[in-house]
Amino acid sequence: MIQVILALIVAGLVGAAGGYIGSLMLTKRMSLVGGPLGHLAIPGVGLALIFGFDVSLGAGIFILFGTVLIWLLELKTKLPLEALTAIVFALSTAVFFLFIPEEYAVPALIGDISLLTIPTVIVSILLCLLILYITKKIFSKIMLAVISEDLAKAEGVNVRNYNLLYMTCIGLTIALGIRIVGGLMTAALVAIPAATSRNLSTNLKQYSYLSAILGFASSIGGVYASSITGLSAGPLIVITSALFFLLSLFFKKN
Amino acid sequence: MSDVLSVKNLKVTLEGQDILSNISFSVKKGEVLVIVGPNGAGKTTLLKALLGIIPSKGEVQWGTKKISYLPPQELLQRQFMPPLTVKEFFELKNAKTEDISKMLEAVGLKKSMLEKNFNHLSTGQFQRVIIAWALVNNPEVLLFDEPTSGIDIGGEETIYSLLHKFWKEKNISILLVTHELNVVWEHADNVLCLNKKKLCYGAPNKILTPKNLEKLYGTGIKFYKHGDRK
Repeated sequence: MIQVILALIVAGLVGAAGGYIGSLMLTKRMSLVGGPLGHLAIPGVGLALIFGFDVSLGAGIFILFGTVLIWLLELKTKLPLEALTAIVFALSTAVFFLFIPEEYAVPALIGDISLLTIPTVIVSILLCLLILYITKKIFSKIMLAVISEDLAKAEGVNVRNYNLLYMTCIGLTIALGIRIVGGLMTAALVAIPAATSRNLSTNLKQYSYLSAILGFASSIGGVYASSITGLSAGPLIVITSALFFLLSLFFKKN
Repeated sequence: MSDVLSVKNLKVTLEGQDILSNISFSVKKGEVLVIVGPNGAGKTTLLKALLGIIPSKGEVQWGTKKISYLPPQELLQRQFMPPLTVKEFFELKNAKTEDISKMLEAVGLKKSMLEKNFNHLSTGQFQRVIIAWALVNNPEVLLFDEPTSGIDIGGEETIYSLLHKFWKEKNISILLVTHELNVVWEHADNVLCLNKKKLCYGAPNKILTPKNLEKLYGTGIKFYKHGDRK
């Protein structure tokens, strides 16, 4: 019972953080970035499971390493970021399937939230609150930069610094989300609640907050369904989120 | 009258290529400076360098911090945006609701426009909204980059008549980049002819000679002088 409550708290908060930062990602048309980042992270998750350290730490290290590698390759080659991301995440996935034993592969790919320790829960809560706080602080500046980067710069917005904070929040969200939905489905955490919210909202405030609420509700619903059915929480969270999306089509406002 | 902007020997080099060099001019309070030149002359680069958006060498001294800038309208993203109301668009620059309402009225829009979706504005409404946005925090200087690019003749008139109205009412200084020479005759106190460097600078009736225009555009330009602005 305690494990279910801990799982509900962590999954709910990670879902909320994913939904909130996801609303910015959809605005910047970056919703799919969650996918490659999740794939980048899975060797780290596999190593964490083998050597017994925290999966989010393993994921975070690989996301950081992969992101720096993509950045360096871009500086060197000037190739589009999406092409470089594809190269790095495909390599990462290949390494995972070659070297990570099969028994660790499933939890890395679809998540496992069944065994949470109190320190993990506390760190996850703090990081989620940090993501929510930073996203709220940067939201309007990033929005302005989406309308026009020059306009934002002329208004004194340091676009580069705000983008760095934004990307850090995405990396952290994916590293936390991997524990819940696994490396294969992290895009769903950030993409689906925002898309659903966009169908239902009439202004920006509604859109961003509803996205966080839908992320929270989907994760809570998925973990609860998992506790009743005994099925994996990750896929159930994604299915719950997708059901909300399908329902939103009947109430579409814009 | 005091200078709101003084520029000396401005030079902009991007990726090893000189985009602008040896640019000097000044703008006084209430002055309208129109910047003209062919495509690729560095007009937009000049505005960005003045604002510090891109690196430059030389001296740029502003006599005020109340500066507002609008890039070409066609470069403002409003498709595929999340639901953003006009009020929220103004709040992106921390404008107060009372000021937004006043400014919308000043550009001929009703208060009810505040709740309208930014993405659903007609072209005419959008033009008025962005001018209101640029002026909402009472800037002393307005930098406007090709405000009528991609806009029909009716839209052009709306923009220039609104700008003229605020220039008269608020005594703001305006730096305007445009291709349209009729705008120079109607609105400019001074004109800066630019093609990588300063080719001519001064009052339109003194420097917009057929010879200077040919030097600037590399071909004969026919033009008609208008009467003085009122």
